Amino acid sequence: MKLLHRRDLVCQQAVELVTGYLEGSLSGRARRRFEAHLAGCPHCTEYLAQMRETIRLTGRLEPEDLTPQMRDEFTELYRRWRSEQQ
Amino acid sequence: MDPDSELLLRLRSGDERAFVSLVERYHEPMLRLAASFVPSAVAEEVVQDTWLAVLRGLDSFEGRSSLKTWLFRILVNRARSTGSKEQRSVPVADPEPAVDPSRFGGDGGWADPPEHWIEAAESRMEAGKLADRIRAWLGELPARQREVVLLRDVEGMTSEEVCAVLALSEGNQRVLLHRGRSRLRQLFEDEFREVR
Repeated sequence: MKLLHRRDLVCQQAVELVTGYLEGSLSGRARRRFEAHLAGCPHCTEYLAQMRETIRLTGRLEPEDLTPQMRDEFTELYRRWRSEQQ
Repeated sequence: MDPDSELLLRLRSGDERAFVSLVERYHEPMLRLAASFVPSAVAEEVVQDTWLAVLRGLDSFEGRSSLKTWLFRILVNRARSTGSKEQRSVPVADPEPAVDPSRFGGDGGWADPPEHWIEAAESRMEAGKLADRIRAWLGELPARQREVVLLRDVEGMTSEEVCAVLALSEGNQRVLLHRGRSRLRQLFEDEFREVR
């Protein structure tokens, strides 16, 4: 059995540090502890990869297209505004 | 030059297609964000008002923030003054673990480790069959988490920009982002666990 040091992170703590780690907001010491934990823990390494994937997939959402009717309405809104300007 | 700065130049020179392009790009994201603050029937109105305010404010926009940040700030201010939904969300201070505590053993290590889903999600995304699910999941997040995730991860804003748009401290922004992303990760895992 591996000897657990008081400074060692457990998985349940590590998952709470993922966002801080990705945001670069952990202290140097906290980052090193986190990385040391990852080095010995394939599950938390997988978890971190999944959080990265979650961010990546969410970032791939594209706005839905406007309907032709909405395009017309906004063109109309713009023209009305322009004519008020003059 | 980034696409928004180019649009801004065209807008100021009176190009109506530039305005329609801007609406194409931001109308739906703005609706989603507005619906987090006000009932969806009102959200449409708030976004319409925002577009008019954008046109009126074009000349005074100084470009100290990005065009995108400016748009969303106008939107959020309008949505807030229109009136918030009651009981919008859990206070930031309430604890909310990233992972269900029952998945860890007494020693704090994984008892029920994360299931693999990355490859399955990638191929379903490629097939165009995941985006709608992700949109639905975003809608299920608590309002304040959703607002942060929409701006950070869908719109790609920096944390500074999100703090400015939502009037959040850096720390609260990070807590909300952490909870929102953690919930989404769990929803991905649940989705692909069912497939097996």
